[in-house]
Amino acid sequence: MDGIADMGGTQGWGPAHPPRGDEPVFAEPWQGRAFALFLLSVRVSGQNIDASRHAQERLDAGAYLDDGYYGRWLNTAELMLTESAILAPGAINARARKLRGDDVGEPPAPDPARSDYAPTGPGSLRTVDTAPAFAVGERVRARDYSPPGHTRLPGYLRGHTGVVALIQPAAVLPDTNAHFQGENPQYVYSVRFGSGELWGADAEPFAVTAELYESYLETTS
Amino acid sequence: MTTTSEPGGRPSPALRTEALEQLLTERGLIDPKAINEIVTTYETNVGPLNGARVVARAWTDPQYRQRLLEDGTAAIKELGFSGRQGEHIVVVENTATSHNVVVCTLCSCYPWPVLGLPPSWYKDPAYRARMVREPRTVLAEMGLRLAGDVHITVRDSTSEVRWLVLPERPAGTEHLTEEELVPLVSRDAMVGVAKVAAP
Repeated sequence: MDGIADMGGTQGWGPAHPPRGDEPVFAEPWQGRAFALFLLSVRVSGQNIDASRHAQERLDAGAYLDDGYYGRWLNTAELMLTESAILAPGAINARARKLRGDDVGEPPAPDPARSDYAPTGPGSLRTVDTAPAFAVGERVRARDYSPPGHTRLPGYLRGHTGVVALIQPAAVLPDTNAHFQGENPQYVYSVRFGSGELWGADAEPFAVTAELYESYLETTS
Repeated sequence: MTTTSEPGGRPSPALRTEALEQLLTERGLIDPKAINEIVTTYETNVGPLNGARVVARAWTDPQYRQRLLEDGTAAIKELGFSGRQGEHIVVVENTATSHNVVVCTLCSCYPWPVLGLPPSWYKDPAYRARMVREPRTVLAEMGLRLAGDVHITVRDSTSEVRWLVLPERPAGTEHLTEEELVPLVSRDAMVGVAKVAAP
């Protein structure tokens, strides 16, 4: 989908920030707990890593940006837990307002509607019986499409031509796994794109590599 | 997730986090001890010191360096580092003429087993958006000015593959031991937004 998360090449974000050597892992205690609650909520809500990324990219821009990185994870956990009916919509805010002393009622816990998803193995790497469709050095084009659901094909690469630099191990396809429509494991290719191909002749000279799943690619001939 | 106005204002993320923890705990869906374990793990056990050990070993052991560049995941595991967000790690070498820098434009994918959780600048929209469009400018804003003849390759982490940069060993460190080199290796150099400086 073309959501707030697909930031590559977008403009209007201001300058980059120089690194600080003394940055704590979690600037505030709630951030560490929100991070942990997110990881635990993936399991509690019966999701997988791809579904969790899809939940995150479906946040509205405010929920994605306003509370920073760990606020984003907290909001993603809320979305996963309400969609699987572990929590009622508004349950977190109601409890939070109660915690600060507001006189509010809380919605009753719904009947959970977890997916019956189960992975075929740990992690995302899988073995496939077929040979890779593309070879190192081959020119390939990233498909030019905007699927309505989850994809890991960034918008700024769609329709552009690059060269296969590395063949990576086969892995679960996020596009279907995020929607519990099967793992569809396939080879992943590190494809090298020239900056001129992506941004035009006036671009800084550099190259980008991205890991693209086999079904994201087509031949150029 | 709430953007509508409410009496007293929207609860803070800190309060919302506490609320979520209560709601899941009181229904027995999570054990609060599991939260503490995760927080402790990423605050103290998993961090850029792991990656620094990998780099220092590669700088002092040519055979390890070769294994690291050929199969990063396995060579990193030799030093005991593996786990979440480290299923398949590819290591690339920065040299005087070739510079790699890592980004995740779609979220903030990062090689947790060797670098820990990402720093704020890595998660910043400006970094995620602009690194694939004008890396030389972004690196300069971050304090790294690269010579004009240096080839830049930006590594956008769009799958579960994770990238680790093997920085260039600084001149004047030939006499240092592996243990003495470890503290020189910065997180920033292992992402590719800085170089390692001699002490």
